[in-house]
Amino acid sequence: MGHESAQLVPVVVTHATWLWLIPLFPLVGAAINAAIGWKLQGLFGEPKSMKGGRGKQLVHSIAVAAMMASFAVAVYSFVQLAGLPAEERTLQQTLWNIFSAGRLTADLAFSLDQLSMVMVLVITGIGLLIHVFSIGYMAEEPAYWRFFSYMNLFVFAMLLLVMGDNFAVMFFGWEGVGLASYLLIAFWYTDPAKAAAGMKAFVVNRFGDFGFIIGLMLLFWGLGGAWEARPGILRNLDYVPSVELNSNAGASTAAESDALAPRVNGVKVGPTLNFRELRDQVVIEATGVKEHLAGTTVWGVSLLTLIGMLLFVGAMGKSAQIPLFVWLPDAMAGPTPVSALIHAATMVTAGVYMVARLNFLFVMSPSAMGWVALIGALTAIFAATIGFFQYDIKKVLAYSTVSQLGFMFIGVGTGAYWAGIYHLMTHAFFKATLFLGSGSVILGCHHEQDMRKMGGLKKHMPITRWTYLIATVAIAGFPIANGFYSKDEILWKAFTSNHLALFGTPTPWLGPLIYVIGLVAATGTSFYMYRSYYMTFTGEYRGGGDHHGDAHADDHGAHAAPATTAARTAAHGHDATGHGAPAAPAAAHAAPAAHGGHHGGTPHESPWQITLVLAILAAGSVATLFLGIPVLWQHTFAHANTPPILEHWLEPVLSAKVTFGHGTQAMEWLFQGLGVLAATVGFVAARAVYKDNRNEAALKAMIERWKGVWTVVYNKYYVDELYEVMVLRPTSRVARAFSWFDGKILDGLVHTVAAFTRAFANLDGAIDKYLVDGAVNGVANVIGWAGGSLRHLQTGRIQTYLYGALGGALVVVLVNFLIS
Amino acid sequence: MYLFTDGNVLSLATFFPVIGAVVIVLLMMGRAMLGLGKQLVDQASRWIALVSSGLSMAAAIAAWSLYDPGLGGVQLVAKAVWIRDFNVEYFVGADGISISMILLSGIISFIATIASMPWWGNHQANEMAGMHDDGHDHPQHPKHFSVRMVPGYMAMLLLLQTGMMGTFASLDMFLFYVFWEVMLLPMYFLIGVWGGPRKEYAAIKFFLYTLAGSVLMLLAIIALYYNSQPALLADGSMSRLHTFNILEMAKQAQAGVFAAAAPILGFGFTKIVFIGLFIGFAIKIPMFPFHTWLPDAHVEAPTPISVILAGVLLKMGIYGILRFNYAILPDATAWAANAMAIFGIINIVYAAFVCLAQKDLKKLIAYSSVSHMGFSLLGMASMTPQGISGAVLNLFTHGIISSMLFLLVGVIYDRAHHREIEKFGGLAAVLPEYAAMTGLAFFASMGLPGLAGFISEFMVFSGAFPVFTTYTIISATSIIITAAYYLWAIHRMFLGKLNQAYLGFPDMVWRERLTLYPLAAFCIVLGFYPQMILSMINGSLHELIRNIRPL
Repeated sequence: MGHESAQLVPVVVTHATWLWLIPLFPLVGAAINAAIGWKLQGLFGEPKSMKGGRGKQLVHSIAVAAMMASFAVAVYSFVQLAGLPAEERTLQQTLWNIFSAGRLTADLAFSLDQLSMVMVLVITGIGLLIHVFSIGYMAEEPAYWRFFSYMNLFVFAMLLLVMGDNFAVMFFGWEGVGLASYLLIAFWYTDPAKAAAGMKAFVVNRFGDFGFIIGLMLLFWGLGGAWEARPGILRNLDYVPSVELNSNAGASTAAESDALAPRVNGVKVGPTLNFRELRDQVVIEATGVKEHLAGTTVWGVSLLTLIGMLLFVGAMGKSAQIPLFVWLPDAMAGPTPVSALIHAATMVTAGVYMVARLNFLFVMSPSAMGWVALIGALTAIFAATIGFFQYDIKKVLAYSTVSQLGFMFIGVGTGAYWAGIYHLMTHAFFKATLFLGSGSVILGCHHEQDMRKMGGLKKHMPITRWTYLIATVAIAGFPIANGFYSKDEILWKAFTSNHLALFGTPTPWLGPLIYVIGLVAATGTSFYMYRSYYMTFTGEYRGGGDHHGDAHADDHGAHAAPATTAARTAAHGHDATGHGAPAAPAAAHAAPAAHGGHHGGTPHESPWQITLVLAILAAGSVATLFLGIPVLWQHTFAHANTPPILEHWLEPVLSAKVTFGHGTQAMEWLFQGLGVLAATVGFVAARAVYKDNRNEAALKAMIERWKGVWTVVYNKYYVDELYEVMVLRPTSRVARAFSWFDGKILDGLVHTVAAFTRAFANLDGAIDKYLVDGAVNGVANVIGWAGGSLRHLQTGRIQTYLYGALGGALVVVLVNFLIS
Repeated sequence: MYLFTDGNVLSLATFFPVIGAVVIVLLMMGRAMLGLGKQLVDQASRWIALVSSGLSMAAAIAAWSLYDPGLGGVQLVAKAVWIRDFNVEYFVGADGISISMILLSGIISFIATIASMPWWGNHQANEMAGMHDDGHDHPQHPKHFSVRMVPGYMAMLLLLQTGMMGTFASLDMFLFYVFWEVMLLPMYFLIGVWGGPRKEYAAIKFFLYTLAGSVLMLLAIIALYYNSQPALLADGSMSRLHTFNILEMAKQAQAGVFAAAAPILGFGFTKIVFIGLFIGFAIKIPMFPFHTWLPDAHVEAPTPISVILAGVLLKMGIYGILRFNYAILPDATAWAANAMAIFGIINIVYAAFVCLAQKDLKKLIAYSSVSHMGFSLLGMASMTPQGISGAVLNLFTHGIISSMLFLLVGVIYDRAHHREIEKFGGLAAVLPEYAAMTGLAFFASMGLPGLAGFISEFMVFSGAFPVFTTYTIISATSIIITAAYYLWAIHRMFLGKLNQAYLGFPDMVWRERLTLYPLAAFCIVLGFYPQMILSMINGSLHELIRNIRPL
């Protein structure tokens, strides 16, 4: 790894007073709709599920206006940012200090540099489009206001995440998007399966958060120089932080905390939550922080690797990587615009953003990088294969998203940060198009998600069809749309990366291996995407008519029916969301939800709000290719040597410089050709099998032949079942055991003590009653008895006394006689 | 506002409620002797309770605003000699730790008082709760606690409030103990008379458990007293032989007075005294394995009493340990830190798992209190600025959040007359406002950033991490389990298909809003600006740990 960090300087910030407006507008929108949205919606007395009433117009106007305002400020910020010299492009604003204790301090502060600017533009821009789309898509939704409130809340949280100036604000957003995602997945909460999907998403993400938090703690205290003094893991209180980096003095305010921090060459060093302070002290080698971190090991592992791995665990949760990807396919239970915005374009890329944001940290540990890239590659191929046999159009796209996120991690893992971010951006466009296109299809087919019930839609939905096709071309990787440019760059960089390591051992073969995996995954991508296109849009329309009973006809018994029942009950029941809600089935194989009077019609093209958005996004999927024209092409065709626009723009932020192996131009051309070939192979295969639904019999025969493999893949490799056995059941067993222990043993002990005390008290009472009292009473009784007995003597008759006296005299005489 | 001055504010906060209680007792006597009407006495005692509790809260808020965090140390002092023969003083004052607890106590007490009224409801909700006050007892249809023996309830509630406020304000050990015991009696009656079906059992368990702790505490206090040296009294004279003054004792501890004291039964004096005090306080926290009184007490106590119990009373354990063990027995504290941390993680993880298995909503929340108090133990054991500040902030945030949680349990119990999570279902459809509020409280409790619970947890973790790395990692797993049990509870109660039995249930009424919305607002404000409380407590806490472990 080569470094050019000698000339790196501290980040120069320009204060901007308007930054807070970007997240503020969506927050206000969310608050208004949450507080009075239901009143606004009912203001004109329209029925709740009525399409496009004035009440609903009020509701969505608020939400869309908030997005527009936010987008406008974002564009203004972009103009301002672009106007600054390249090295000074960081806008920053601090609102107030959240908390301070010792060196742990965080401000509610925002910053916009080139990287977060890209993210903010994607979030507000594509977010705005998806809000507009939702007007058409959710038109019949009774809880319209709730939907738009949640959507705005999500955008607010996502903006906090990317604009946060420090880990604290980022984590606010990180968890905030998790909350919004939970609320939106479980939006149709009367369906238990959907509600459960929301819960699953949140809890699985918490596993990631656990890693994230621990990684953050390690980083914080690693910077504090706290580790040399540790004799072992079980600690007592002789922990002494090293003097120069003392993080333990008792500062109570941000100013005091700042004053505590030592400075080397004017650069603040020591533990910090602030990204810029962290970056400065790490990349400026004069501070010695880099050496200190690199030379530290914890439990025999390099501290930096451990930090990188743990932070990546956080990314695994948010960005759905192996093994924490399981929540994302279930998240498709949410309304389709949610899937497009949250589970494709923005939230799930948070992990990629985080790794890119901390590029200077990851780059110091080749092992952490190696793991990130490898797990990304494995996820890419694993999810792509699951996508092969899914029938639910949204499930296909969900696994596709998991797979594409894997590609992004290959990018940021190998150190091609700009390529990872570029793929994030291109994916935002084409995947949003695909998801919204699928939404349009679902709406056109009357809330049908099963592709076996579609087909031939190109006649009925031309705009949807063309936009879907353009996006498919983009994701498959043909050079006429943006996906080729980002994916090719990632794969090329993977192949030429020779700096990766695993377990601290350099592994120059890892880069080429990842390339091969990636290329196979790309072939698969092309296949399942064209498959979905052909199944949906070509052939004859297979929907409509009576298809209540046969939903599982060709299901090969691979899946159980409870989900069906659940979806049906939800749709039939008189629940809160009512009949008008597009209660799309949660599980892939659920029967189509019955909808009052909707069935049997022909598919129809969607309203203009939907088609307009689709057209814009599809155009974007092509237009953004200009951001990433490879140097090779420029060199060959224009004899220029300028890097791609986006790479150039991001260059100052990505201070981590990774040197890749050198490939010749011929080789690069060859690899680009291989990429196109992969896309072609997938395309041709899918076309042969699925076009016009003409090879159905052959397909079925093939499935029969490979039944075992097919069943495993179709059931997603039984990962959910594995979780059930490995995590859920043991957890609930422990919970029950502890609860039993608490009730029976601990409380039993208390009761035993009480019982002993009572027994002792009874014994004490008995002693008191029978022994002590008994003794007293006994004496009294003896005397009483004696008295009673003696009473008989006192008869009052003189004869008795005389006999007595005589007897007595006799005794006396007798005794006297005997003695003498 | 000129009513409150530095000198009187804490005394007013402490004694406003008891004055109300005395007036109510006079009214009760008036009813017996002068034949005042029941309605009149009931209503009057409610108003008296509201006013005196409200004044107490106003004084507490005034105290908070009068306290100058920049100055630090003990402020708002009032002092007089009380029992000269035993060197007992009336000595109240507040440092950063107690001022936050006084504020909390004032707010939660007033909210509990509001929650004790049968007012501001609507007819349907009142009917369901059994608040109709027709003057008769229906044995088969029990009346709501808020209409049963009202003057007695209010008098007890006010007495309890005085006890709590006094405990936090006292700086004389004897006075502290008096207030500590003053709390016990009304609590016993409030649970034992106005509680649920197993109220006698719960009340006696609570009483005996706490009393057992008090005995150990009293012995420890006496031991400390007899080993202390004289100090100046309020009137400038020297005390005779010993002192009860907590601040003086802390100073003497710094000078090594207690470290040099004769061993007890062959064990070091400070260690034995530490253990005595610690167990006394640990029962109150409650710390594993002394926690089993808590779920019973909570389940049987009427809602406002649960609120006070979780919101304020539990805080006294941690507060007492900081005030006594940390300040007066620093060397023994350092000796015991590791054990405290271990008990902390047991509390956190063990109770979280127990929560997962609970069927009764109130029990679940009671155990979640046990779990969350563990964070305070872990944080304070670490003796880092972040850890100990997080520990005390956790007291405050948990006070706010758990009060919300218990109020919310009360809302549903008043309507459904049961608390079994499994028996609900789909409630979000009929009770949207209630569902939203419960969601907010649950997410706050599971430490969602932006709500009150997160910052304190985060600070505890980052403070404890360098000192107790493994323990911290183990306790951090609780963020997963906590999310799981809360979300699962939401899932079973609010989501899914509506259980038709609850169709037509009334949503929240104004009384419930009056209690919940201010707390919810607090939750959000503290989520984004916890420095509001932290800036008060930081200074005093950092002083405290500096004594134990010089930096």
